[in-house]
Amino acid sequence: MAETKTKKKSMPKKDQLSLHGVSPELAIDMMGDMLLYRRFEEKAEEAYAIGKIGGFCHVHIGQEGAAAGSIKPLREDDYVISAYREHTQAIAKGVHPNAVMAELFGRVDGASGGRGGSMHVYDKDCRFMGGHGIVGGQVPLATGIGWKIKYKDEDTVVIVYMGDAAVNQGGFHEALNMAAVWELPAIYVVENNGYGMGTAFSRVSKTDMSAKPVPHGVPASHVNGQDVLATYAHFRELIAEVRGGGGPRFVDLQTYRFRGHSMSDPVSGTYRPTEEVERNTAEEDPISILRDRLIAGGHLDQDDLEEMDKEARQIAQDAVDFADASPFPEPSTLYDNVWAEINEHGRLFFDGRERP
Amino acid sequence: MAVITYREALNEALREEMERDPDVFLMGEDVAEYDGAYKISKGLLEEFGDKRVVDSPISELGFTGLCVGASMAGLRPVVEFMTFNFAFLAIDQVINNATKMYYMSDGQFPMPIVFRGPTGAALQLSAQHSQACETYYSHAPGCKVVTPATPADAKGLLKASIRDNDPVAFMEGETLYNFMGEVPEDDDYVIPLGVADLKNEGSDVSIITHGKMVHVALQAAAKLDKDNIGADVLDLRTIRPLDMDAILKTVKKTNRVVYLEEGWPYAGTGAQIVSMIQEEAFDHLDAPILRVTQADIPMPYAKNLEILAKPSADRVIEACNKVLYR
Repeated sequence: MAETKTKKKSMPKKDQLSLHGVSPELAIDMMGDMLLYRRFEEKAEEAYAIGKIGGFCHVHIGQEGAAAGSIKPLREDDYVISAYREHTQAIAKGVHPNAVMAELFGRVDGASGGRGGSMHVYDKDCRFMGGHGIVGGQVPLATGIGWKIKYKDEDTVVIVYMGDAAVNQGGFHEALNMAAVWELPAIYVVENNGYGMGTAFSRVSKTDMSAKPVPHGVPASHVNGQDVLATYAHFRELIAEVRGGGGPRFVDLQTYRFRGHSMSDPVSGTYRPTEEVERNTAEEDPISILRDRLIAGGHLDQDDLEEMDKEARQIAQDAVDFADASPFPEPSTLYDNVWAEINEHGRLFFDGRERP
Repeated sequence: MAVITYREALNEALREEMERDPDVFLMGEDVAEYDGAYKISKGLLEEFGDKRVVDSPISELGFTGLCVGASMAGLRPVVEFMTFNFAFLAIDQVINNATKMYYMSDGQFPMPIVFRGPTGAALQLSAQHSQACETYYSHAPGCKVVTPATPADAKGLLKASIRDNDPVAFMEGETLYNFMGEVPEDDDYVIPLGVADLKNEGSDVSIITHGKMVHVALQAAAKLDKDNIGADVLDLRTIRPLDMDAILKTVKKTNRVVYLEEGWPYAGTGAQIVSMIQEEAFDHLDAPILRVTQADIPMPYAKNLEILAKPSADRVIEACNKVLYR
């Protein structure tokens, strides 16, 4: 859990006070975002522990700066598509926390009507194009969304998130190659937390992350995702370039996962040292890093912070209450939305449902 | 009625649908400057430009995924596979993304997209270029499967497939492309999905089939006719949706059935249809239903072995005689 109290020993040095050209108001706004993401995911953990959430559930704790900093500079009509650790990205793109939590609970008011669950949050109106469960499977989809933007001469962009393991999938390389050839407005973001489930990236790649897009002619950059302001500044510039017709970009968004791969996985596990997790959790918490800066800069005091955290906790609690109150999907809707078009002739279901 | 080839019929369908809807585009390997590996897209680049007729890299997973994403975002892509044998590289994008997106998103993202190309064997292309692939697609809820046998069906069904709001696997045949047939000159000739077509009428036995096997069935029916055996040849035309009414009608008429398909027997289309017939028309059967399929082996190259492996009119006749206890 993020400490909202300032520790005496971690008074920031002067260079850490930089707001990267971000206004204090916006920085405070993103503080609120990150607190909400943290409290939301903590509530998801609690709900999972008591069986309110089932299946696979991957929380974003530790990676909040990556979501807040990279999505904030987008416009409402820009697209985001992601993998299966996507709850907070959905919220960042405008999906209501209630709808995300209700989806985790498998309820009818969930963003995907309870059909998708934790890994498949969708909201067409927010242009949040899903959580996707096959590693790297969403990367060519993003290229296709970029294709549509260019086909329709729109000035929007698409950001696609993937974990570091996805860059070893063939589809990643095929998708970047095509995006480069056709100069599509797509930003390929690796949320690089160092581990593909339990396998350290360095064990499965001879080359560095920054080398991955290079053969395809897609410019690479990297940014510290634990520094939400640096992330914001980086993406603001990148998004403007891509929107201006600059073609695709690749970002190594360096971050760290404070929890296990999924809820069924211990925090440190057998694949990473406990000290590494403890050190990162203590020193690389995106919420603490921003808190220290805002307090040191005099933009926020302890009372303000407590108030913001209280508000975040309330929204997260409201989301849980909303989800819990939402009904399970009606059994009669089991077969809904398999087909967008039920043809006038012929059978489409083969389990006896349409038998005369 | 104009007499044109199956290839020309597909070309006309693509041209008409691209004229009709600016959101329709064609992407695949060599579809533009080369005019298509089998010339299905001949002349379309010139007419519609390189934004709508697009040469992809040889990246089946990648360009299929791109088109699935474009469909999700509102376009109506037509993906050409040089053959469905190459589409195994892309089947994750078809099954996991295209066919499930509408359901997973609770109906937020309809996925209008056509995956088309030849399936099954041609002549001596051996194991990796000869597989009939329809059951991989018909297995998945969310995917429609269309297998036209004639130029008229090719045109009318491709137009319907492009207009359909669900993913459609549209399966052609290399050995069908030069096949000539009458096609109505109506510029809006659309055949609804889910309607089978009785391609030959007889009252003694029903040969139920789809795709290029329709022609094998018709050869068998012509030979049987000389023996005074009348065969219904029911061309399903679409595997999903499936015209079960037409199947039950012919079963109830002849009481004897042979299912003919180009693919392998295990969990083939015939296995599904035989199961449904026994469930729904058991009392109308006078003999067990037999299936004629490809031999249960990878396709061999040697000419004599390939002939042995493929379903033939003679094997269909043999099966018909068996169900007639002759």
